[in-house]
Amino acid sequence: MLKDITLGQYFPGDTPVHRLDPRTKLVCVILYFIALFTANGPCSVGLVFLTLAFAVGISRIRPGALVKGMKPLLFIVIFTAILNLFFTEGEVLFRWWIFRVTDQGVYRTVLMVLRIFLLVSSTFLLTYTTSPLQLTDGMERLLAPLKKVRFPVHELSMMMSIALRFIPTLIEETDKIMSAQKARGADFDTGGLAKRAKALLPILVPLFVSAFRRADELATAMECRCYHGGEGRTRMKTLKMGVGDYLTLLLYCLVVAGAIVLVRLGL
Amino acid sequence: MDVITFDHVGFRYPDSPEPVLKNIDIAFSGGSFTAVLGHNGSGKSTMAKLCNAILTPTEGAVRVKGMDTRDDNSLLSVRRTVGMVFQNPDNQIVASVVEDDVAFAPENLGVEPSEIRRRVDNALRRVGMYEFRLHAPHLLSGGQKQRIAIAGVLAMQPEILVLDEPTAMLDPYGRREVLATVEELRAETGMTVLLITHHMDECINADRVVVISDGEIALDGTPADVFSRVETMRDLGLDVPATTDCAKPGRMCRCPRCR
Ligand SMILES: Nc1ncnc2c1ncn2[C@@H]1O[C@H](COP(=O)(O)OP(=O)(O)OP(=O)(O)O)[C@@H](O)[C@H]1O
Ligand SMILES: [Mg+2]
Repeated sequence: MLKDITLGQYFPGDTPVHRLDPRTKLVCVILYFIALFTANGPCSVGLVFLTLAFAVGISRIRPGALVKGMKPLLFIVIFTAILNLFFTEGEVLFRWWIFRVTDQGVYRTVLMVLRIFLLVSSTFLLTYTTSPLQLTDGMERLLAPLKKVRFPVHELSMMMSIALRFIPTLIEETDKIMSAQKARGADFDTGGLAKRAKALLPILVPLFVSAFRRADELATAMECRCYHGGEGRTRMKTLKMGVGDYLTLLLYCLVVAGAIVLVRLGL
Repeated sequence: MDVITFDHVGFRYPDSPEPVLKNIDIAFSGGSFTAVLGHNGSGKSTMAKLCNAILTPTEGAVRVKGMDTRDDNSLLSVRRTVGMVFQNPDNQIVASVVEDDVAFAPENLGVEPSEIRRRVDNALRRVGMYEFRLHAPHLLSGGQKQRIAIAGVLAMQPEILVLDEPTAMLDPYGRREVLATVEELRAETGMTVLLITHHMDECINADRVVVISDGEIALDGTPADVFSRVETMRDLGLDVPATTDCAKPGRMCRCPRCR
């Protein structure tokens, strides 16, 4: 069941999206977010949707994989959807008991769900098409100016890339511990919140203990491989911006501009 | 010529009541294949970590090709000369893609990108994992992961390879896979190998077997020599399968069974 969590997973491939410089992709995601948060009408949200659909199409990532990524967020989505649906003023479409559904409510709910989906999917598209190392490399390079004010850019990106590397390992381990506890009669699926939280304790404790041991061993292994901070470090895969990168950036700037214009026009 | 020398080395962890290693005086010659045996908690891993300055002796001195491991200026030279592979393959792989992981050490050493590429490809071919260079390490088998770990060390182009129970967490197939890789490496490059192990059968091809007991060298000789002393070996607790002979059952013992 934990295996369903696809956060941070990378699907290797050789499409134009995969080949883009990670810095381009990071900046594009930011531009895309700006467009998404500006958009508030059917046309502007539609434009943002098309942008994502276009990128997904080129990347050859199955749309199903993006939808699956939404699963952990399902609760929040449904919760906000209900709030929007029942508590928005407008022309009443129908009522039932104390609830009433308005046209504005339906409209806002659809828009909101679509926006959450677009928000989450775009970050998934980024991690699906960019290897964690590229991603953290790109981040390190983008944030490099902050080194001047003593911000630990290299350390942060190293921490992130190691965290991403260990997510699958720790998930696997959690699964193993859970099965072991289940075999001993532990019950994670029934009972109230307090009972379930208590049932989690025998999982969390060994998980933490093992995570600390791993961290310790990993630190030693890194030292053995001559790791001594970011100073004087080179990279096998140097980042290089190509024509495609600049064109992509231009395209995304146009999308932002388009979204702003559409919103101004009230579409 | 001796590549690693332990000169009357004693070692004590800051929080341990008595020394873990006592008066170790031993040298490993270039190109040799030495197996180190010893029961749980005898100090094998400690000895390994002294070889590349992860730990430094509290008494005596350890020298790697003449460099004192306590000398901060030669720290990186020591570490790139002595490559180290540990027991748990999962905890030595830093990157999410095989080739990126193998590139880690040369990147730390500031090697040119094109040279890193060449070293990574070479190292992966050496351990027979070149086809897996774009795979995610967590999806590989234990034996394959351990070969990646070896490749990651080879990319530093070390002269000495220290393996601390590299097969302890592997199934029989994975064990054979890793041992064959080490054998091949030795045959092709003439690298000095120090193999720490629990398994007698892994020592048979070694030039020399060193048995450690309670922080001291108990036996030192050729495999035939050492294994013929059955009585002494039995007294050292070394004639039974690894998982049943915990020296210190309980919290301090770190063998897979007690863990
Ligand atoms: N970080 C540490 N701090 C304190 N004591 C330690 C530490 N690491 C190991 N020891 C102790 O030092 C002794 C030798 O440990 P070491 O890990 O070298 O043994 P080993 O021969 O490698 O055993 P194993 O077969 O379990 O790997 C043990 O008694 C252990 O409890
Ligand atoms: Mg050990």
